[in-house]
Amino acid sequence: MTFPAGSLLTARDLRKAYGPTTALDGAEFSIHPGEVVAVMGPSGSGKSTLLHCLAGIITPDSGSITYDGREVTSMSDAARSALRRSEFGFVFQFGQLVPELTCVENVALPLRLSGSSRKEAERTALAWMERLEVDELRGKRPGEVSGGQGQRVAVARALVTNPRVVFADEPTGALDSLNGERVMELLTDAARSANAAVVLVTHEARVAAYSDREIVVRDGKSRDMERVV
Amino acid sequence: MSARQWRRDLAMGTRFAFAGGREGWIRALLTAVGVGLGVVLLLLTTAIPNALAERHRREQARSDHTFSQQKIPKADDTLIVLDADTAFRDRDIRGRLLEAEGPKAPLPPGVSAFPGPGEMVVSPALKELLASDDSRLLRERLPYRVTGTVGEQGLVGSQELAYFAGGKGLADRLDSASGARIDSFGNPDLGRSDPWDPVLLLLVLVVFVVLLMPVAVFIAAAVRFGGERRDRRLAALRLVGSDSRMTRRIAAGEALAGSVLGLVLGTGFFLLGRQLAASFEVFRVSVFPSYLNPSPLLAALVAVAVPTAAVLVTLLALRGVVIEPLGVVRTAKPARRRLWWRLLLPLGGLALLFPMVGQGNDDGTFNQYLVVGGVMLLLVGVTALLPWVVEAVVSRLGSGGIAWQLAVRRLQLSSGAAARMVNGIAVAVAGAIALQMLFAGVEDDYTAASPYDVSRAQMSVDVADGADTASTVAEYRDTEGVREATALSDVHLGDRRGEADTYVQITVADCASLGEVATLRSCRDGDVFAVRGSQYESETAHLAKPGTTLWADPDGHPGSGGRWVSWTVPQDVRQARSREDPTGYERGGLLITPGALPEKLGAFTATRLFLSLDPSVPDAHEYVRNTAARLDPTSQPMTWQVSERNDRYDTIRTGLSVGAACVLALIGASLLVSQLEQLRERRKLLSSLVAFGTRRRTLSLSVLWQTAIPIGLGLLLAAAVGMTLGAVLLRMANTSVRVVWPSVLSMTGIGAGVVLAVTLLSLPPLLKMARPDGLRTE
Amino acid sequence: MSIGHTLLGLLESGPRHGYDLKRAFDEKFGHDRPLHYGQVYSTMSRLLKHGLVEVDGIEAGGGPERKRYAITEAGITDVERWLATPEKPEPYLQSTLYTKVVLALLTHRDAADILDTQRSEHLRSMRILTDRKRKGDLADQLVCDHALFHLEADLRWLELTAARLDKLREAVTR
Repeated sequence: MTFPAGSLLTARDLRKAYGPTTALDGAEFSIHPGEVVAVMGPSGSGKSTLLHCLAGIITPDSGSITYDGREVTSMSDAARSALRRSEFGFVFQFGQLVPELTCVENVALPLRLSGSSRKEAERTALAWMERLEVDELRGKRPGEVSGGQGQRVAVARALVTNPRVVFADEPTGALDSLNGERVMELLTDAARSANAAVVLVTHEARVAAYSDREIVVRDGKSRDMERVV
Repeated sequence: MSARQWRRDLAMGTRFAFAGGREGWIRALLTAVGVGLGVVLLLLTTAIPNALAERHRREQARSDHTFSQQKIPKADDTLIVLDADTAFRDRDIRGRLLEAEGPKAPLPPGVSAFPGPGEMVVSPALKELLASDDSRLLRERLPYRVTGTVGEQGLVGSQELAYFAGGKGLADRLDSASGARIDSFGNPDLGRSDPWDPVLLLLVLVVFVVLLMPVAVFIAAAVRFGGERRDRRLAALRLVGSDSRMTRRIAAGEALAGSVLGLVLGTGFFLLGRQLAASFEVFRVSVFPSYLNPSPLLAALVAVAVPTAAVLVTLLALRGVVIEPLGVVRTAKPARRRLWWRLLLPLGGLALLFPMVGQGNDDGTFNQYLVVGGVMLLLVGVTALLPWVVEAVVSRLGSGGIAWQLAVRRLQLSSGAAARMVNGIAVAVAGAIALQMLFAGVEDDYTAASPYDVSRAQMSVDVADGADTASTVAEYRDTEGVREATALSDVHLGDRRGEADTYVQITVADCASLGEVATLRSCRDGDVFAVRGSQYESETAHLAKPGTTLWADPDGHPGSGGRWVSWTVPQDVRQARSREDPTGYERGGLLITPGALPEKLGAFTATRLFLSLDPSVPDAHEYVRNTAARLDPTSQPMTWQVSERNDRYDTIRTGLSVGAACVLALIGASLLVSQLEQLRERRKLLSSLVAFGTRRRTLSLSVLWQTAIPIGLGLLLAAAVGMTLGAVLLRMANTSVRVVWPSVLSMTGIGAGVVLAVTLLSLPPLLKMARPDGLRTE
Repeated sequence: MSIGHTLLGLLESGPRHGYDLKRAFDEKFGHDRPLHYGQVYSTMSRLLKHGLVEVDGIEAGGGPERKRYAITEAGITDVERWLATPEKPEPYLQSTLYTKVVLALLTHRDAADILDTQRSEHLRSMRILTDRKRKGDLADQLVCDHALFHLEADLRWLELTAARLDKLREAVTR
């Protein structure tokens, strides 16, 4: 498969096995700046593993991942961590907000990890929380806010560094339809206006409908539907 | 509330304690090991008085010193015992020469048959030592054939070195050697003469309290291992319909099960350790396993107190927790910790101790209960104050790096848990600091500065009565490792025959040796000097006049033939200035060179040799002892040291060091366990933090801060309380208060070291857990 | 659903009489609505006219019911195109989709492909609806949501079917 010019993040022939279980078996992927791509597929098909590989969280057994012309698989752990800090943003299903920190401190966390001063980081964080309509939660701790609010805080945190790629793994998995849709609207709107690409792992069609196109992962193999039709 | 329901709920809790698969078992085992280790320490403490009493009893039973002036005549049930103690390297050896004077002579405890001349029976430890490769010199010194071993009844410890050798004609030596003719062993009076000094008693009491308090704190912490998971389980029980009281009882049952298992484990550890104890020698004291018998009352107390404490602690811990069917709710905003009752504890402790200030003089006494109560209250005060201090400080801690922020925020959310972790160490350190201060303060009192000048001589040995001084000196001079031997012979002469008013000391030595006791301008054999400058000068002046006739008393000098001998001070007495001899003694009287000594006075002299050793010969002391033993098996050469410590003081200090090390290790282990448990609960969070690019270093640092902040506060508080306690104790002991900073710093340093070690040990699991694999949910 | 394409598909496995075709259709697809003979004959004659089938032979005794039909190359191409063309997403399309999947399995084509293509088409519709919903007023949102939920139900069916393809293949080719 050849990738269209201008791809921001591409992967080819990714393979990854956990012991005897094959999670990825030659998966391919590409995404443009500002594009929202849904990764769909049944449970256990390897979609989360694909996302973790793309984000440089884990290294595939073989295959190559190129981000902005750089080969991700050959980077050191420190370099990949730096990449995740500065260029990527993350939203997970749950377990991601630090329970001891207040919401605004949670949102400011990635900025502070990149070395911003606390004051500046929290000012930027607050601006993003306003955009995601959760600024009134600034002083609350994650345990004191609802699931939908917490997830919006997480989205604010994912976007606060102006990342070029946002990785979202079942971001609405723990939410009801209304909250889930609101989170998706805010996530995709904010990402599009910032020209950030979004890799969205989901098994829900209505969530995937917020994407520009979808990729189906089945048995560790990916299918890019747009290019097949 | 019926007893049956109680029983049912407790039983259910017991089942839960061990249910839950592998994890449940591990948790129960951790609790049990924690409690068990505490129980071992408790049992050991309760056993120590018994062990000491048992040692004392055996010491009494084998005593062969009569102390009475009355001498018994030779009979068919008498035995001659002569002391033949010696030492090898730095270990003392108890030695006795035996000669039965009849068939009914008493056998020493542990000995089944008298060794014949040239034979000996030895303790197992000595037998082992004699068989070892580097004890050649000792084998030379004890040239007897080993015919048996001394049984346990004859020894005060498993590692004691002792022998009984058979001798012949020992009765002749009774006058000159230390020993006696006895018709039975054992002296019930032994030891009663030596009551504990009140300050020493104070030290011992405080040591016990200081060692046991952290153990109590530790047990309290151990029964709370796995607390969060237990809370969740209890919530599930509420969901299926148990009320909140039942839940509490079930939790109590869990704690009870863990602590009872701990009790069983602890008893097992103790019995095991008791067997092992036989092969150890701690600060020169070894024991037999049978010595370590906790008194039944104290053991029963431990058996009841530990589970009771476990249940109480659990119930107390659940006080601030509301267990709802859908989860555990910590009382949302726990009431701000109040200071006043927390301050009450240490102040109460001070109030108990205060009346005893100044009681540490010779005939003062301390009320043991007040001492123990006061020290305990002060130390418990640390555990009460620490949560307040941690909360107060942590809530004011401000900005800092990201690792700092993570740590501080976590501490703000659960400062109580953090304080609990540190409590044990804080109490141990506070107690140890107080003790160190007390020790340093009273050290001067119990360390007599030795007057001996070790630069001039390092050993001294008495020449046996009747032996030829010159040839004896020659023997020592020829001994390997001896650089110089100075021989000083003394005789005291009275001013008249019979009961004299005054005596003058006459020192007989060659010119070189006289130089050690006086400053002589010149000296030739045949000279006689009168010494000036000594504190005995007045008498010297009076009796040392030329022409004065002086008399030597034959009593106590078997070589004299029982006749009074006179000596007239010659005309040409020269003057000399006294100088401290190697023992620090300034002689008065007359100094005589051997040429001026009449033959007949020779039998009245007692000669002591001062030996200067060659430091490059490592076993010089052993060669000297061998020479001494060859010349006279009952001679006991003295080894000089710079200072002489009160043995008991030394023992206490060593005991404290060993105990403190054990306690800190124990607490370190519990810290590690709770740290790991906490990390495991946060596995997912750690993984997601790593996913969005948090450096491992940041995570590690935040774990370090998270431990270091409460520990730092704990150590500060511990130092403050410890120094206060130390000052009060010093005032009680009537000693000037003085803070020994090195020991304060070293104790806090050791505490900090434990924290650092725990953090380092928890890093590998942290880094392993903080891997993105933790994100996998499928 | 297209009876013509279905009958063509059935012919792919070999020439059949009109009567056989009806029986096969009823057995596989006509659970609630069996075909009339007339429907079969009129359809076959239309297909014959378009050159998609040819008469393979006539049995002795004459009569139109004895004609045996075979599929032509053009017919195979026509079935191919029909299968590959996604259906317009609408309620109750399952019977068509089901037919397609079973036919693909019968003719050893890739049924998963059909499902994926359909999913993609459904998602395309859902994207349009989602977009309209985001820009529209509440009425628009409710209308779009209604459609979205139905499409989502279809998609779930697609997923489920995709997960059960192996079992289905076993059942229909037995």
